[in-house]
Amino acid sequence: MKSEIKLISGAMVMLALSTSVLVVLPYLQVHDAAPPPGLKPYTSAQQRGRDVYIANGCLYCHSQQPRAKAFAPDFQRGWGRATVAGDYAYDRPHLLGTMRTGPDLMNIGVRQPSSAWHLGHLFQPRAYVPGSIMPSYPFLFEVKDKTKAEKDDVIVNLPAGQVLADQVVVASPEAVDLVKYLLSLDRSYPVVATPAGAPTGVQK
Amino acid sequence: MNTVAILLSAFVLSFVALLVFIWSQRRGLFDRSSRGAEVIFAPQEIGHIEEPAATQAAQGSLQGAVDAAEGTPRGLADTDELVERERADASTGPLVFFFFCCAVVWLLVASAAGLTASIKLHEPDWMVQQAWLTFGRIRTIHLNAVAYGWAPMAGLGIAMFVIPRLLKTPLIGARFAFVGAVLWNAALIAGLGSIGAGINDGLEWLEIPWQIGTLFALGGGLIALPLVFTLVNRRVEHLYVSVWYMACALFWLPVLFIVAKMPVVHQGVQQAAMNWWFGHNVLGLFYTPLALASVYYFLPKVIGRPIQSYNLSLLGFWGLAFFYGQVGGHHLIGGPVPEWMVTLSIVQSMMMIIPVAAFTVNQYQTLQGRLSALRWSPTLRFIGVGGLMYTASSLQGSFEALRSVNVITHFTHYTVAHAHLGMYGFVSFVFFGAMYFVMPRITAREWPFPWLITAHFWLVSGGFALYFVSLTVGGWLQGQAMLDAARPFMDSVAVTLPYLKGRSIGGALMVLGHLVFATHFLLMVLNFGPQRDKPALFRHLFAHRATP
Repeated sequence: MKSEIKLISGAMVMLALSTSVLVVLPYLQVHDAAPPPGLKPYTSAQQRGRDVYIANGCLYCHSQQPRAKAFAPDFQRGWGRATVAGDYAYDRPHLLGTMRTGPDLMNIGVRQPSSAWHLGHLFQPRAYVPGSIMPSYPFLFEVKDKTKAEKDDVIVNLPAGQVLADQVVVASPEAVDLVKYLLSLDRSYPVVATPAGAPTGVQK
Repeated sequence: MNTVAILLSAFVLSFVALLVFIWSQRRGLFDRSSRGAEVIFAPQEIGHIEEPAATQAAQGSLQGAVDAAEGTPRGLADTDELVERERADASTGPLVFFFFCCAVVWLLVASAAGLTASIKLHEPDWMVQQAWLTFGRIRTIHLNAVAYGWAPMAGLGIAMFVIPRLLKTPLIGARFAFVGAVLWNAALIAGLGSIGAGINDGLEWLEIPWQIGTLFALGGGLIALPLVFTLVNRRVEHLYVSVWYMACALFWLPVLFIVAKMPVVHQGVQQAAMNWWFGHNVLGLFYTPLALASVYYFLPKVIGRPIQSYNLSLLGFWGLAFFYGQVGGHHLIGGPVPEWMVTLSIVQSMMMIIPVAAFTVNQYQTLQGRLSALRWSPTLRFIGVGGLMYTASSLQGSFEALRSVNVITHFTHYTVAHAHLGMYGFVSFVFFGAMYFVMPRITAREWPFPWLITAHFWLVSGGFALYFVSLTVGGWLQGQAMLDAARPFMDSVAVTLPYLKGRSIGGALMVLGHLVFATHFLLMVLNFGPQRDKPALFRHLFAHRATP
């Protein structure tokens, strides 16, 4: 090969092809997918919680994309129906994820609607799920003497033995927001785009 | 017309277009002469080994191994050209050295972060008090230190060294690259700091905030300038295959990075598609070409024999450029993305077998009859294993993209093992080998302790073998457990535990290997160790040849 111009322009044509099929066409096809009627935008607290989710890298172990019944048993596991583009209409950035070191969370708000459970589980996952390898997040909480607990502290109710008898665990605002975000994860509403016969609800 | 038919016809059309394209780039595609492959040698140099990483005795044995296959080379290499090559080397010395120092530091940072993350997966209550040490952050620091630290610093450093040699022109404008590299590293420090502090853009491979990303773009642009200047002022007519890979990698990366980092534009599912277009292309169109370029240069150079089939390398190059760019969608198989896109990516993933086979056959044919050279040349040992791992990881990746396999491996540690086979087994091994070759040339010193090179090789090879086998088996079992709705999800966690521990042990051996490498690097730089008569020195080597 003798011409660098030919080389570089050829290379850029190749990249342009790749960009058109994987960036431009999807942009045209799904960028403006309308949110289904059942989907609400995130509230400020939920959005802040989403930022905590991103900051601590939850997405590296939890996906948010249940697959179709015909493909994998995600629905049978209670993770919800297969999602469609519209389900992510308010997601910036997307958090589809690539790993399931832990379960899919697209419908965790439906599957586990207890805020107390989530707070305690974030403080010490193994107190709730034996054998879990999820990290504990003590830095999202404050452990203090019962006597020093204040009126507007969010006290976390933990199973016995997690802290000393005269101590309480107080959730930080980040932890509270994060749980609000987790509880908002609910794609159990029906979507029109699903072909006839596809599941529309979440197994409870 | 159904989707399959549309895809199939689109595919056949594009494939035909690719062939026409390759043909238009070079008419003599099936011409059997390989004069293009000989441009890396000076006149009469073919048959002469070049292996600055080996001791004098090993160099003699290496030459012997090559002679056994080819017969003793007649005549001496053209000294004028060798002097020119020495000048080209000298022009890049300080710059390449700076890149390599950064690469070694980032290698250590990435190793420490990676090992920590690995241990955390089976010891989830270990070091949890600090937010920056939580798995989600330290894992991301590991990835970014490799992706933006070790790999590009080593790869670009090697490109800076090789390109002036290939163009027979001293590097022009090295100071731009210096400034660029400083900016780049400053950006990376800021980026890793912000990830540790919990500020990131939330996209895998693209976590570093886009504001810092602008610094990367600026730094990258400045790093590319001297290569462009040198290209324009080159003194050879023919561009060797390594130049194609390196030059294109340098033009591809900025487009990838800038499109991916554009704020506001991307969102939702479309962003996921873009995310994996970037995620896979940064591997396929940046690290892979840089590493392949190194294999295409150093492998023939060490054994003094041109690449067997230059035309195959042309097919390999354009095949990679065409197919690799479109495979990213296979990261979203089963996801809420357009089905046609996933199918297209699966097809192109399988088509990657073509360029990979072209590369593999070519390297094997070049080495054929000279395999004993691996014994004597540290460079060749690393690069040979690296090349083999390229074949392995690419073939694995092609099959992993098939829906039937992907349904098991997607979302599991199997994918992590695969990613490391490419990024470590292939790219990092090749870079290690190339650095062993380049360092003696740019510092005019030889590696002080050859046994440390051997220790490095066996530690990282053994460690990585354990790493890869553990995670592959563990990930496969994890995937099977997850696919079986009758088994509780926790089964898929429990089944991986012994394998995650195995991975940590393998990882620890790799880290040990890196410490050996870094120590050796430091000893060389500080001029410690036994002072032999510097047979690795370029000047000396040829003076020795000239007076038999």
